[in-house]
Amino acid sequence: MPTPTKGARLGGSPAHERLILSNLATSLFEHGRITTTEAKAKRLRPFAERLITFAKRGDLHARRRVMTVIRDKGVVHVLFTEIGPKYTNRNGGYTRITKIGPRKGDNAPMAVIELCEPLAENVVAEAAAAAKRAAKEKAQAEAAAAAAVSAAATATAEAAAEEISDDAAAEETAAEATDADGAVEAAAEESTETAADEATDAAADDAAADEPKA
Amino acid sequence: MPVPKRKTSRSNTRHRRSSWKAAVPALSPCTQCKTPKPSHIACPTCGTYAKRQVLDV
Repeated sequence: MPTPTKGARLGGSPAHERLILSNLATSLFEHGRITTTEAKAKRLRPFAERLITFAKRGDLHARRRVMTVIRDKGVVHVLFTEIGPKYTNRNGGYTRITKIGPRKGDNAPMAVIELCEPLAENVVAEAAAAAKRAAKEKAQAEAAAAAAVSAAATATAEAAAEEISDDAAAEETAAEATDADGAVEAAAEESTETAADEATDAAADDAAADEPKA
Repeated sequence: MPVPKRKTSRSNTRHRRSSWKAAVPALSPCTQCKTPKPSHIACPTCGTYAKRQVLDV
C-alpha cells in the first residue's frame, strides 16, 4: 500500500486536489508570495519545491514534466529562467511559510508562503567569522571575569589591601586568589605572571577604591 | 427513537453552563513593537515575524 501524502486532503476529489495544488504553485511562481490557509501552504511547500528542483535541472525533459503541472508557459519560463538559477547554491528550502493568524469570517488559520531570497555567496564565510568572533569575545569576557574574581578574592582574603605593595606579597595573594577561584584555576596557572600583574593591578584598584571609603 | 424522559432541571442546566469558560489567549510581547501578540504568528500590529516584514501595514 502506498504511503499517503502528509497533510490535509484538499478539495472534493483527487482531481480537484491536483488542480488546487497546481493553481497554488502557478500563483506562487507568478507573484513570489501568496496568502493562503495554513493547510494549503503546508501541502504546497513540498509540491512547489519539487518543481523548483526540476527548474534547477533545467533540461527539456524537466521542463516537459513541469508543463504537466503548470499549464501557463509564461510562468514555466519564469520558473526556469529566473527562479531556478536563483537557487543554484541552495539545497532545498526554497519557500518560507509564515503564519499570520486566523481569517475573519471562518477563523481559518492563514499563512503567507513566499519564495526565499537567494543565498548570498559570502553567507557561509560570514557565519564562520561570526563564530570565531564570538569565541574570541567569550575568551575575553572569561579573562575579565577571572580578573574580577581574583580582585574580589584578594579583597576578601586581605581586608587591608593598601598594605600589599610588595611584589612578593602580591604574588602570594595572587596564589591565594587562584586557590580560591576554582573555575579559572587552570587559566590562571597557565599565565601566573600575568595573573600576578593582574593581581597587583587589582590591588591598586582596590586601594583606589578603598581610599574614598576611608 | 429514544427521547429524554424528564425535563432537564434549571439546576442541571445552569450547572452545565457554568463550566463554559473563555480562556485567556497566551500572548507575548512582539520583539519589534512590544504589542502583545500570539506566539509563532506574524505581529498583527507591525506585520513583522523574526524581524522580517511579512505583512503590509
